[in-house]
Amino acid sequence: MYATAIGGTHYTFADLRELLAKASPLRSGDALAGIIAADATERVAAQMTLADVPLRTFLAEAITPYEDDEVTRLIIDTHDANAFMPVSHLTVGGLRDWLLSDAATSAILATLAPGLTPEMAAAVAKISRLQDLITIATKCKITTRFRGTLGLPGRLSARLQPNHPTDDTKGILASIIDGLLLGSGDAVIGINPASDSPERCYELLRLMDDLRLRLAIPTQSCALTHVTTTLALIERGAPVDLVFQSIAGTENANRSFGIDLALLRESHTAALALKRGAFGNDSDNVMYFETGQGSALSAGAHHNCDQQTLEARAYAVARAFRPLLVNTVVGFIGPEYLFDGKQITRAGLEDHFCGKLLGLPMGCDVCYTNHAEADQDDMDGLLTLLATAGVTFVMGVPGADDIMLNYQSTSFHDVLAVRELLGLRPAPEFEAWLNDMGLMKDGRSLRANDKPGELPAPFAPLLAEA
Amino acid sequence: MAKDAAPRSTTWERLRRHTPARIGLARAGTAVTTDVHLAFQLAHAQARDAVHDTLNAAPLLDGLRGRGLEALHLRSAAANRREYLMRPDLGAQLDAPSCTKLGSGYGGDLAIVLADGLSARAVERHALPLLDAVLPELRRLQWTFTPAAAVEMGRVAIGDEIGAAMSATLAAVLIGERPGLSSADSLGVYLTWQPQRGRKDSERNCLSNIRPEGMGYREAAAKLIYLLTEARSRKLTGVALKDEAIDAVSLVSAHDIAGLGAPGRA
Repeated sequence: MYATAIGGTHYTFADLRELLAKASPLRSGDALAGIIAADATERVAAQMTLADVPLRTFLAEAITPYEDDEVTRLIIDTHDANAFMPVSHLTVGGLRDWLLSDAATSAILATLAPGLTPEMAAAVAKISRLQDLITIATKCKITTRFRGTLGLPGRLSARLQPNHPTDDTKGILASIIDGLLLGSGDAVIGINPASDSPERCYELLRLMDDLRLRLAIPTQSCALTHVTTTLALIERGAPVDLVFQSIAGTENANRSFGIDLALLRESHTAALALKRGAFGNDSDNVMYFETGQGSALSAGAHHNCDQQTLEARAYAVARAFRPLLVNTVVGFIGPEYLFDGKQITRAGLEDHFCGKLLGLPMGCDVCYTNHAEADQDDMDGLLTLLATAGVTFVMGVPGADDIMLNYQSTSFHDVLAVRELLGLRPAPEFEAWLNDMGLMKDGRSLRANDKPGELPAPFAPLLAEA
Repeated sequence: MAKDAAPRSTTWERLRRHTPARIGLARAGTAVTTDVHLAFQLAHAQARDAVHDTLNAAPLLDGLRGRGLEALHLRSAAANRREYLMRPDLGAQLDAPSCTKLGSGYGGDLAIVLADGLSARAVERHALPLLDAVLPELRRLQWTFTPAAAVEMGRVAIGDEIGAAMSATLAAVLIGERPGLSSADSLGVYLTWQPQRGRKDSERNCLSNIRPEGMGYREAAAKLIYLLTEARSRKLTGVALKDEAIDAVSLVSAHDIAGLGAPGRA
């Protein structure tokens, strides 16, 4: 039981789960779940109460039962008590103050990550402003490698997302070429297949891998299909660089995706055995995870926990597998979970903050659907905020319009704009390739798609084929 | 500002034959040119207007009656469009007057339910033409019909409650899909065997993107008739029907659509 009094009114919260839910800044998904504070004052009362909770409490009180939820067991069983030591005497509010202080350097935050649980990170996020979420996240430097190095300071990478409603290979190739010419694709070239047919996924993987080899692009590709499909493709010898899977913060939500930790372990082992990375034993980042607030409630597997805390718990699942990329697909789920641009913006920065604090290479699909109260202005705002926060990667979608998944994300042009605005560059290996291709010079894109007649020599035959 | 040079436009125009994606966009600095930007804004405005339109039920009710069906005008429990968007659970239940209007004592092979979903204009434009392509064949095959319904602010699952009250063997919900930037009026059809409250998405089959620029009425009708026939003979809908009937037509189960909680979520 947690309690506080404000001006003679007593506020009580039955347990940590209720306290976290009522302290969470307002969003429609928690309202849909019926777990929000009764009014704005009770929300702040919950935040004040939460700020005084010792961090040690989070190790003693699980928000979903240890016995029934393997994600809780993962969090508790893999908690690093030594890493936790420097902050073990603090409360949630004390941790926020310390994270903002000069004492919390990048080096110290890197060693702290395994000592923090997702619930601790989520709690700090709930009592932080956007500015806090940004300034703390910029101190978390997370670097991963496959064929290029992602997450270095001063870099912003992009997933090239060339989806097509019928998986037409020529159409996909045309979108990939457009994206490469504009400097996207250093995080991954990743297709969401419209079909769940393994044959089609095989074909798409071969298309991407052939292109990569032909142009010697220092990047990786991925068909974003279910982990079981990818495992079968690995057995058949398909060129699988990364294993993709959507994950969530409770065992039951993961089961609704048709996965558990054992299946993720199996796929991780299978992908590592392929040894397709460019850095030998250093390239052990072979997983690509996607997440998003609201997925547990959507699956009826939320245990009355708030969606931001459960999202942070998905990062505990992610970090067990040393992923190359983690992407919070923040606005895709719809207005019943994140109603408008304000809620989407806050959620994107919370997710990025929690992921980075827990040691993950966090990217964000800055996006919205047409039934949400949001538009491209909201995306410009969130993209710029995330770029200042040091987001590892964002999406590059032709014209920001995903014609297969029917939602709006960020475009190749948006990536270019924010890179030039903030002086950010692509991953170094990819930048060198862009320079070699004559597509970039001195850190600036040459925007070569304006003049196909003067394209770099290797691209001309590609355009003729497409 | 450099506008398109001739070689640029011809190359990208050729590539655009393979994809409706917005590739090869003309630029101003790192941004896109004014015409490209405003074309995007127009597409988004049309999608937004489609989401917020209210259903004009009267012509649909007249159309259903003109096709020999009884027709009821029903509403979901959502009070307004904003609540409807935030509370999908309310859009899946009827309001009290509609429950009274429904009554009982019906029966038949198929309950046809038209609902606005997330695009009223989709159901206003495409539901009746689709029925024109479907009903004659179903009548030839001796199908019987319960009264049909036109539902304001209805989600897919509202067909479960209506179908159960009608004692229908199958419910077909014709509903406006979430608008994309280039498809503000896309109609979906969801089939549910023995509709009743609590049916899961994995127990339905779905046809998607029905509109002249997507899946045309004739193609949709052929698939729908095939699906209905298979559902009636196998006495089921959903993932199991999709798996068994996979050879005949390219089908998706509603579970596949619902499973797209995030891009790539599988």
